[in-house]
Amino acid sequence: MSEEVDHSRRRLLTAATVGTGAIGVAFAAVPFLASWQPSARAKALGAPVEVDASKLEAGQMLKVVWRGQAVFIVRRVRGIIDHLGDHDGMLADPKSDDSMQPDYIKATGAVRARNPEYWVGLAVCTHLGCSPLGAFEANNAFQVAGADLGANWPGGFYCPCHGSKYDLSGRVFKSMPAPKNLTVPPYAFADAARIVIGVDDAAKKA
Amino acid sequence: MAVAPESAGGKSGGLTGWIDQRFPMTKLWKEHVSEYYAPKNFNFWYYFGSLALLILVNQLITGIFLTMSYKPSSAEAFSSIEYIMRDVDWGWLIRYLHSTGASAFFIVVYLHMFRALLYGSHRKPRELVWIFGCLILLLLMAEAFMGYVLPWGNMSYWGAQVIVSLFSSIPIVGQSLVEWIRGDYYIADATLNRFFALHVAALPLALIFLVLAHVMALHEVGSNNPDGIEIKKHKDAQGRPLDGIPFHPYYTVKDLVGVAGFLLIFCGVIFFAPAFGGLFLESPNFEPANPLQTPPHIAPVWYFTPFYAMLRAVPSFAGTQVWGVMVMGASIIVLFFVPWLDRSPVKSIRYRGPIYKIMLTIFVLSFVTLGLCGLKPPAGIYPNLAKVCTVLYFAFFLLMPWYTRFDSVKPVPERVTQHA
Repeated sequence: MSEEVDHSRRRLLTAATVGTGAIGVAFAAVPFLASWQPSARAKALGAPVEVDASKLEAGQMLKVVWRGQAVFIVRRVRGIIDHLGDHDGMLADPKSDDSMQPDYIKATGAVRARNPEYWVGLAVCTHLGCSPLGAFEANNAFQVAGADLGANWPGGFYCPCHGSKYDLSGRVFKSMPAPKNLTVPPYAFADAARIVIGVDDAAKKA
Repeated sequence: MAVAPESAGGKSGGLTGWIDQRFPMTKLWKEHVSEYYAPKNFNFWYYFGSLALLILVNQLITGIFLTMSYKPSSAEAFSSIEYIMRDVDWGWLIRYLHSTGASAFFIVVYLHMFRALLYGSHRKPRELVWIFGCLILLLLMAEAFMGYVLPWGNMSYWGAQVIVSLFSSIPIVGQSLVEWIRGDYYIADATLNRFFALHVAALPLALIFLVLAHVMALHEVGSNNPDGIEIKKHKDAQGRPLDGIPFHPYYTVKDLVGVAGFLLIFCGVIFFAPAFGGLFLESPNFEPANPLQTPPHIAPVWYFTPFYAMLRAVPSFAGTQVWGVMVMGASIIVLFFVPWLDRSPVKSIRYRGPIYKIMLTIFVLSFVTLGLCGLKPPAGIYPNLAKVCTVLYFAFFLLMPWYTRFDSVKPVPERVTQHA
């Protein structure tokens, strides 16, 4: 047996030990990192909510809470629904290609709703998550947070934080800080005016 | 004699001797205080390092006492702050010391960093001192942001919402990353609770460690000075720099003057203007958090506004607003590279030519203007002003390798100069 130290063998064993240790540390980190995920309680509280929108008059808006986020339910008047497609040229994403919504909503085009009369969408600006305001009158000239919405304003939503404007289907106008249309959550109609938010199919609700 | 190691710590005997044989107490004191030789020509700009240390201690002590009455839950946080302000004896003073301390921390740190840009304190061999300092700034920002969420006022809530949402702009993983940070589908109790843990335990520990590394790196290479020359080049027979004086008592006494001046202003703010006209404590934060109602105008606390203005200055492009986030991140990351971007043969502004002086002035003006733009709603001239200033901010750093090389320089003296 030689008295010499086998350095290459020692290096290999050191590297193998360090490597094994590193894998162990990576596995040990999993529980700590995973503990930051929404807990079982948070998930349970994220269950679907059922809203009775029958008392909503045409032109009125309701804000309900689902998963701690405000959700808009707007009852649109006939005259507005018919003209939603008229201003597609002013919009950043008129067909909602880059925006978030269930496929059955995207398929409805400019209306962006299961029932054209009721528009449902998250009251969360796609820019940085502020809550937009409803500013429904066309050619709105009144001051919202110091911003004049201008003569071309067809009515819709206005975010007071950074000035993003959306139309009444929650579609964002061009050259706004917000990159996408307002997100539409999954929802379904239990009957004519009972909306279940958080499910794709009212019969299957939890 | 059988026992020899008594010579190691200097004086033997007594309690000091007993300790020194077991722990390098006297050795550490000499190395870092009584025999740490600092250049004799420090001026006003050298107050801010020791002041930052003072504020760190203030934040730690007042913070510990605040945790004794604060409740980190979404149901109780806001009212526990009211409780501290109204019912706890001297609670208002402890809280205002802490909240004003946060703003004072940033004032002092920004001035401390400006000193480095004036005299080239980031230049070789002090690159690591500067890098540790930049890491301290980054941690300080995280610490301040999370601390601002804790009172659970409406601005706390929506500020957290906006800042955490920044991560959602990261492609692919963004949305799940945000959910992971929040621990819920919105800014919720879980978010507040974990921010509290990070604010009072994890980040302060990391900050203390980094401050130690910052000071140790500084003492290894020695302090820079307003002439930007190395005092270690000229030493006396004992190996002490000829232009150096022991930190204690000379600079401990000088820094005490700075401390007195600082405390005068600091206490003035605490007693007479703790909210500082809505700059240190914003008025929407005197209302409890309301997830359904965004404040009409969201502005971060003043020390973040320059970076916030840069974030807003960049429009969304190709269906994502990640670009603004990247620009904001880059505005901090670029600081780390300054020691290598600066190619001037001299360190101090005293011996640099006019180009650096002009660029530094433009940089300071654009930083201050960005801060102003970040406070204002994004309307009128402010968005365009912010765009121009963002370009100027980056021009200072990214053009530095060229303008510092072509700039004229004055001859640098061998020994430090004194201006009486």
